[in-house]
Amino acid sequence: MPWFTSPTHLAEELGSAGYLADAATTTTAYLAGALEKPLLLEGPAGVGKTELAKAVARAAGADLIRLQCYEGVDEARALYEWNYKKQLLAIQASDRTQTWEETHDEIFTEEFLLPRPLLDAIRRDRRTVLLIDEVDKTDVEVEGLLLEVLSEFQVTIPELGTVTATRRPYVVLTSNASRELSEAVKRRCLYLYLDYPDARRELEIVRSHVPGLDERIAARIVRTVGRLRELSLKKAPSITETVDWARTLVALELRTLDEAAIIATLGAVLKHRSDQERALEVLTGGAPG
Amino acid sequence: MSRDAAGSGVLARHLELVRALRAAGLPVSLSEDLDAVTALGRVAWGDRATVRDAYAATLVKKHSQRPTFDALFDAYFPAMVGDGTGTGVAFAADRPQEKPVGDNLDVLETMRRRIRRALRESDLDDQLLRQLAAESVGRFGTDPGRANGASPWSAYETLQRLDVQQLVDQLVAGLVGDGVEREEADAFAQRRLSEFVSAVHADIDRRTTEREGPDRRAAEQVRPTIEKLAFTQARYADLASMRREVYPLARRLATRMAKERRSLGGGPVDFRRTIRASMATGGVPLTTHHRPKRPHRTDLVVLCDVSGSVAHFARFTLMFVYALREAFRGMRAYTFVDDIQEVTELLRPEADPAEVIAGLAGSTREAVLAGRTHYGRVFERFAAEHGQVLGPRTTLLILGDARSNYSTLGDATLRELAAAAKRTIWLNPEPRRTWGVGDSAATVYADIVEMAECRDLEQLAAFVHDLL
Repeated sequence: MPWFTSPTHLAEELGSAGYLADAATTTTAYLAGALEKPLLLEGPAGVGKTELAKAVARAAGADLIRLQCYEGVDEARALYEWNYKKQLLAIQASDRTQTWEETHDEIFTEEFLLPRPLLDAIRRDRRTVLLIDEVDKTDVEVEGLLLEVLSEFQVTIPELGTVTATRRPYVVLTSNASRELSEAVKRRCLYLYLDYPDARRELEIVRSHVPGLDERIAARIVRTVGRLRELSLKKAPSITETVDWARTLVALELRTLDEAAIIATLGAVLKHRSDQERALEVLTGGAPG
Repeated sequence: MSRDAAGSGVLARHLELVRALRAAGLPVSLSEDLDAVTALGRVAWGDRATVRDAYAATLVKKHSQRPTFDALFDAYFPAMVGDGTGTGVAFAADRPQEKPVGDNLDVLETMRRRIRRALRESDLDDQLLRQLAAESVGRFGTDPGRANGASPWSAYETLQRLDVQQLVDQLVAGLVGDGVEREEADAFAQRRLSEFVSAVHADIDRRTTEREGPDRRAAEQVRPTIEKLAFTQARYADLASMRREVYPLARRLATRMAKERRSLGGGPVDFRRTIRASMATGGVPLTTHHRPKRPHRTDLVVLCDVSGSVAHFARFTLMFVYALREAFRGMRAYTFVDDIQEVTELLRPEADPAEVIAGLAGSTREAVLAGRTHYGRVFERFAAEHGQVLGPRTTLLILGDARSNYSTLGDATLRELAAAAKRTIWLNPEPRRTWGVGDSAATVYADIVEMAECRDLEQLAAFVHDLL
C-alpha cells in the first residue's frame, strides 16, 4: 500500500494532523513516500523539521521511531546491542556440562538482542516513520553506518545474519547544517530546505495553534516577527517562538500589541540581550529607559 | 517515461538541464538523474511549480546551490512563452512570433491601475504578478534604439514608462488612508515594489532566453555560490548574504575543530570515569576514558587595511576571526589606511553584528590622514605606539592587498614586528598572479612574512582552520 496517493492527499492528511505545509514540502514529502527514499530536511532551528516527521506519522497512522543523534552516538545506541548482563546471567545459570559451542549458540540469539532505533524500525511489520534527528551532530563514522540502512534497508548482525526490512520505513533525517553531510548520504536522500514560512502561512499556523487569539493581533504578531527576521540578529525568531509569543499575549490577556506590550513580552521571541536591544530600537524607535 | 516522453521532447530538455547543472558545478550523479526522472513520473507534469520541486528534491542537495538551480530551471523550463497570452504548454520554437501589442495612454493607465490593485492585495499572486510583468514588458519595455541583434527589451524603459515611484507613492497613500502606520506602509510598498521589479527583470531574462536559446543563457547566468564568491567581486546584495554566512561558517568551523581535537585522543586516563564505566561490564575496564587535552591558545593581534579597495575583505575577516574568539586567549584589532586606530572596543562579546560592521566603517574615518594606504607610516606608527602588544605568544595577522601607492614600504619595521611576534601572517585578497604587479608590494612583504591568498569565504575558513 502506498504511503500517500498524491501530494494533495498528503496535504489534506497533514492538515488534519495539525501541520500546515506549503506546496514544495508536500511534493517532496509525497515523493519520499512514493520513491521510498529517505528525506533529508535542512533549515534553521525551529521551522518545524522534526514536527514534519511527526505529522507524517500521524497522517499515515504509522508508528514513529526516533533516533536522537548527538556527538558520540555509536552502533550500540543506533543499531543494536547484545544484552551483556543477561548473557552473563545465562552462562552462570546454565549447568557447567554444556560445551562452549552450545553456550555460544544459546547466548547469541534474539532473546539477548537489544534492538536500537534503526534495527527496530527495519524489523517492524507495521507502518513506521523513522526519524533520525539532528544527524549533523553525529561523527562521520556513523554516517557509514547509516548508508547501509538508508540504501538497502537492511542491517547485518554478524552472529545472526542480515535482517532485511519486510516493509520499508519512511525515513526522515533532519539537520541544522552545523556540519556538511557526506555526498554519499545526500545522494541517497531527497533534499528539502525548510525555510521560515511566508506571512500568510505563518498566520494560519499561529491561528491553528492559538485558537483564542484576536485576528488583528495575530496579523500584527506575524508582521512584527517578519520584520524581526529581516534584521541581522544573532538568532532570528522561529515559528515556535512566534506561537509562544501569541500564547504569551493570550495568557496575559493583552488586547493590543503596542509598545508597552512589546517591551514586556519580547523575551518570548528574542533570547539574546543585543537582539532585544536592536529589536526595540527598530520596533519602537528608541531603546527603553 | 519511455517512447512518449522522448517524442514530446521532455526527456531531451531534462538531459539538457542536467548537463547545465553539472556544468555549473552541481555534483549531479547518475543515480540522482534517474531519481529525478522517476520522481517526474510520479507527479503532475502540468504544474510547473511541482515539477520544479520534484527536480529540486532530487538534484539539489545543498541550499547554497538553489539560486543556481532556479536560474537554470527558469532557462530550460520557462514559465511562459512569448507575451504569455497563449494557453497550454509549448516550447518557444513551436510558437509563431507574437503580434505586437498596443501601447497608448489609455492602455498605460489601465495597466497601472491593474498593477496597483495587484500590489495592494495582502497576499501577492505569483501567477498574476508574472502575467502583469510580462504584459508590461511586452507593451512598454521595447527599446527601439537598441542595435540590431541585441535584446530589444529594457527593464529601465518598462519601469520608467510605468513610473513605478509614483505607483509606490499612491500605494502608500492608499494604505495610510486605511489606517496603516506610515512606516509600515512604506516598508510594505517597498517590498512589493522590489517584487514587481524582480518580476520584470525575470521576464526580460526569460524573453532573452527564448531568443538566444537556454544553453547560451545558462552559461551567462551561473554565478559562483556565496562561499566561493571573491570578496572583491561581490555585489551589494551578495555582501548582505555573505555577512549572514560569516557566523554560521565560523560556528561550523568551531564545531569541526572541537571534534577534531576530541578525536585526537585525550591526555592522561581519567581514572574515576574509567572505573565508573567498568561497572557496566562487570568490573572489566573495556573502555578507558581520558581527560581532555588542554587546548593551546594564542594571543591574536589583527591589523586591517580598511581603505576602499579591501574594506569588505578586511571586515569579513575581522568578524570571522572574532566569531572564533573562544579559540584565542586574547584578541586586539587595529584598522588602518594611513594612520592606525584600535578597534578592539567595538568587538565586545555581546555586540550586534550589524553594529560592528557600522562601527568598523566609522573607524575608517579616524584611520585616514591623507586617504591612501601608506604601509610604511602605518607599520612605524604601530611599532611606536602599540609595539608592546606583540610578544612571544602573539600571532600577528595583517589583512590587506599590499598595494602601497608607491609610498615607503617600511619593510625594515615589518621585519622587526615579525621578529617580536611568534608568527606573522599576511592575508591578501588579490589572486596570487597579480602579486608584485603595478604598485603591489606583495612580493617584498612575502619575503619577510608568510603571505597567503584569501579571496573568498571558503579560503578564509580553510586558513583559519590551519591557524588554530
